[in-house]
Amino acid sequence: MLSRKNKEKAIKIAFLLAASASIIALGLIMYFLINEALPTFLGFDAMGEHFEGVSFVDFIFGDKWKPVSENPQWGILPLIMGSVWVTILSSIIAIPLGIMTAIYLAEIAPNKVREIVKPMVELLASLPSVVIGFFGLVVVAPILLDMFEIRFGVNMLNASIMLAFMAVPTITSIAEDSIHSVPTELREGSLALGATRFETIRRVVLPASLSGLCTAVILGMSRSIGETMVVLMVAGGAARIPNSIFDPVRPMPASIAAEMGETSFGLEMHYFALFAIAMVLFMITFLFNLLADHIAHKYKQVGSASL
Amino acid sequence: MNSNEMTMPRAIIPDTPGFHARRRLKQEAWFLLFRGAVVINGLALFIILGYMVYYGLPAISWDFLTGQPTEGGMAGGIFPCIVGTFYLSIGSMALALPMGVAAAIYLHEYAKPGLFMRIIRLCISNLAGVPSVVFGLFGMAFFVAARDLGGLGMGVSIAAGCMTLAVLILPVIIGTSEEALRSVPDTYREASLGLGATKWQTIFKVVLPSALPGIMTGSILSISRAAGETAAIMFTAAASYNPTLPSSIFDEVMALPYQIYSLSVSSTNPEASLPLQYGTSLVLVTLVLGMNLIAIVIRSRMRKRLSQ
Repeated sequence: MLSRKNKEKAIKIAFLLAASASIIALGLIMYFLINEALPTFLGFDAMGEHFEGVSFVDFIFGDKWKPVSENPQWGILPLIMGSVWVTILSSIIAIPLGIMTAIYLAEIAPNKVREIVKPMVELLASLPSVVIGFFGLVVVAPILLDMFEIRFGVNMLNASIMLAFMAVPTITSIAEDSIHSVPTELREGSLALGATRFETIRRVVLPASLSGLCTAVILGMSRSIGETMVVLMVAGGAARIPNSIFDPVRPMPASIAAEMGETSFGLEMHYFALFAIAMVLFMITFLFNLLADHIAHKYKQVGSASL
Repeated sequence: MNSNEMTMPRAIIPDTPGFHARRRLKQEAWFLLFRGAVVINGLALFIILGYMVYYGLPAISWDFLTGQPTEGGMAGGIFPCIVGTFYLSIGSMALALPMGVAAAIYLHEYAKPGLFMRIIRLCISNLAGVPSVVFGLFGMAFFVAARDLGGLGMGVSIAAGCMTLAVLILPVIIGTSEEALRSVPDTYREASLGLGATKWQTIFKVVLPSALPGIMTGSILSISRAAGETAAIMFTAAASYNPTLPSSIFDEVMALPYQIYSLSVSSTNPEASLPLQYGTSLVLVTLVLGMNLIAIVIRSRMRKRLSQ
């Protein structure tokens, strides 16, 4: 029988192990991504043949992604540009929308309205991505075809609009928290000096919550880059660098999800290359998250004294 | 600007009624814009739900909900998909909940601020930000792949899907459980410790029961998250057509979200099964939003009780 003190210690260690599970999980994810991605660059042997790897630079900056042609080419620049453009375009829609909603919720809305709007934003966040993709495919695409003289209804614009509505709740909830945590004295001071409520929001509250707003924007964008089903279903799927917002694109997650089913496990370049894309995608979202975390910590407001 | 140049007052703040009116007008214009943003969000939600209900409702019948799919999934019911989604979401929650709650207990009750704590938090927030397709590939390489390829050899199966989803929802559970623990007043802990209870007894008999509603909210939210997830189960658990119900946890299953995807994108004639797609979407949306509503109600009740 363990003594009372030792039992307490054992329990603490058990909890510590549980808490370490997320470190282990993240470590395993990285390990498997890197492990399966490396043969893309180092080459590998399969079915008695040796396959040469591609160089990392050619992989990232090559502008032709032709995995299944006679003479396959493994440049993922079109996929990266697809992701980048879709993310930028959706951010142009989502950032103003999300931050304005957050300002409304934190500063303007009467309690009763807030109690309705906040759950609404949460429900928007909880819509499964496949449903949003489906909506873009069967509702938004025909509308876009009607409105503009274009050949494809599933294109960059469509995907960006759908992604925007997935990013808005993320941006809104983080931004609202940070606006909400601005000390009341600051607002009172500004109002007492004769500023209007809007002037107070613009000149006092928003600058004071800037780090939180940045975190919100970064995490919102990170969500757009990694979102899979929407870009798989409504981005159009053409692996070309887009020239207009109506061009179909093939962002990285779409390429992975669409092509992984056709490859054979661990036996061909295509399989390893898709893991390499996933590794690039993971690194991008990882950096975004680190950046968000860094900003949140470095510029953390502690009361009103640190302003 | 040079600080000893006092050119500010007169030039910028003229005290005329017209100027006041203009400031007020500017405020009203901006506030209108803020309200507009909220209305756009609301419209987006209601338009999406409206389409699902309007086109999906006619497709829904008892046979649709309890029947087997026929003709390669192009007709018939979606019962196997409902069952599959049920297994996957409940299974992943059951795996992640003990782990997540224990992690939250460590973070909130035991850990002292420091480097280790910072690292754990960083990992949790990064885990929450990993794209779902990356989880899918990870699950495929780790859980699905045969042993000689470096995996655990579960094959495309419920087990592999549940484990992948469990990793995906772990951050959700940790986050909500921690919030629940934070909502338990410190006086409870002090009273229990003061009566001579050990830390573990305090946590198990005092803190956890009070945090239970919050933890329940978290588990409901994580079930709904797992139920709607598609990319993570694509290569780990989902079958596009498998009308018989799974007989073991090592079987492939159909699942609602994957069914919507495979009918609307990868089938040969998506137009033909459009009512079916709407119906399936409506079922999924109802499940997911219903669970979220329940969670929201529990949470708002809990907050009200706390603020009293």
